[in-house]
Amino acid sequence: MLLQVRHLSAAYAGVPALHDVSLDVGEGQIVALIGANGAGKTTTLRTISGLLRPERGEIAFRGQRLAGQPAHRIAELGIAHVPEGRRLFSRLTVRQNLLVGAHSPRARAGEDAAMERVLTMFPRLRERADQRAGTLSGGEQQMVAIARGLMLGPALLMLDEPSLGIAPKLVDEIFTTIRAIAREGTTILLVEQNVRESLELADHAYVLQTGSTIADGTGAEILASDLVRRAYLGI
Amino acid sequence: MTGFARSRPGGWLPVAATLSALVVFPLVVDDGSWLNTAVLVLLYAGLAQAWNILGGFAGQISLGNAAFFGIGAYTSTVLLDRWNVSPWLGMPIGAVIAAGFAVAVFFPFFRLGGHYFAIATIALAEILLILFTNWAFVRGARGMTIPFVRGPDRRPTDSWAFLQFNESRVPYYYVVLGLAVLAVAIAIAVERSKLGYYLRAIKNDQQAARSLGVPVLRYKLIAVAISAAVSAVFGTFYAQYLLFIDPETTMRLELSVLIALVAILGGVGTVVGPLLGALVLIPLSEVTRSQLAGSGNTLDLVLYGGLIMLIAVFQPNGLVAVGDRVRRRRRAVRPAGDGAERGDAPLVGAPGAGD
Repeated sequence: MLLQVRHLSAAYAGVPALHDVSLDVGEGQIVALIGANGAGKTTTLRTISGLLRPERGEIAFRGQRLAGQPAHRIAELGIAHVPEGRRLFSRLTVRQNLLVGAHSPRARAGEDAAMERVLTMFPRLRERADQRAGTLSGGEQQMVAIARGLMLGPALLMLDEPSLGIAPKLVDEIFTTIRAIAREGTTILLVEQNVRESLELADHAYVLQTGSTIADGTGAEILASDLVRRAYLGI
Repeated sequence: MTGFARSRPGGWLPVAATLSALVVFPLVVDDGSWLNTAVLVLLYAGLAQAWNILGGFAGQISLGNAAFFGIGAYTSTVLLDRWNVSPWLGMPIGAVIAAGFAVAVFFPFFRLGGHYFAIATIALAEILLILFTNWAFVRGARGMTIPFVRGPDRRPTDSWAFLQFNESRVPYYYVVLGLAVLAVAIAIAVERSKLGYYLRAIKNDQQAARSLGVPVLRYKLIAVAISAAVSAVFGTFYAQYLLFIDPETTMRLELSVLIALVAILGGVGTVVGPLLGALVLIPLSEVTRSQLAGSGNTLDLVLYGGLIMLIAVFQPNGLVAVGDRVRRRRRAVRPAGDGAERGDAPLVGAPGAGD
């Protein structure tokens, strides 16, 4: 297992957000995390990437314990977190945004190769490399955010709502990109409100409810389950 | 708006012209009070440039930078006074001490957010002021006088070795010009380096920078160390320029505020901003003071404060933005979205923005 999370609980300033989250992400997989608003999907990602300290529970990445380590250490170990809402540095150019993503010593060593790789993957970003990130369209900004995460050369890429606020015709493009990234060997942990698309994409999926993982299975199984059909697909 | 400072076709011409004008200035203007104003402009340009590295690039607003200035002034002066060490040596020593002090003190300060950070920096400079006022080793509130360097005829003379000029003040001008150029060079180097991207990323969205694995605290500490070291260098210069320092002249709150004001009114986060700010604000304060003060009224401060308010209201992005606006008008219409990127608001956070 690349990533193992066991009985994780976390809180924001005393307000509990996660109660009991357990999940496994295998090497090379696409794993989706679905659930209603406020179920703790974003919090789970934030806790894994070290932005939030877990109260209890274990997180292991390639057998190394992550809980309590600072965010930049976790990034150096090979986990990239693409936050919800893209969070680009709007006043920096696209290229500068990407360079900030290649912060860790290892990433800096392979920076030119990584830059070439992501600009080949997103040709539109090559055209716009010296443009300020804030001037791009929402879809282009999401591509920068994903590319910025890839600049780290991560073993695990965590995507938080990559299709949020994107024009519908671009959503498919985003999902195609995610599939392409996975095919190149990067493991993906995906949080999405676009339940059907993400379950169709995922090898494995977890359902999160009020801070706990309550079900898991292959993407197809979860998609077919009554729980998901009723709660999220409205069928 | 960093674009203003970045080299573009013909970008070196105005730089060369400005530098030549600054070099010939004392040869053309043979007037003590104008020379003094010019020295102060360059001094504040350098101090504001130092402030800008932390406050402008990294977005950490300090209202206590006079502390670093004071440490520089006192370090070189104590070394000179006690052990006859040349200020040229005292200058880098002061810079190193100020940087070390800054890192130690700002380490906990950076845990504070927004306004609380600014308040802590005010407290820092005030505490230092009180400490120095009561510290016998540095002669407390009486301050320290730097003894004249005397020639063979026992009259005060000029000495490059001890950074003291009594016959003509012009060499002081060239020294501070050199230091200001150094400060600008450091700011440009920071702006164009990865450090500059990291600092601006932190200012833009600290959470996002952290989620990418940028060690935010480390880069803020590097920024404050550079800011403190550069400020301290100007402190040493100021001590040699006045040949007298006391806690009030080197560490008072007004000094910290003025340093920040020069950078903010000029244009935060740009290299040109602090220079413009100093060029406008310092002569303004000197002129209003010499023309309007004196009879005990404070009309000069009223006018000075009023002008600051006018700039703040009509040019909230600083004087740099005037140049931007003129150029934009010349270039006529630009693609949409240009207005949106201007503000500090995390435009990218808004769902659907630009789609």
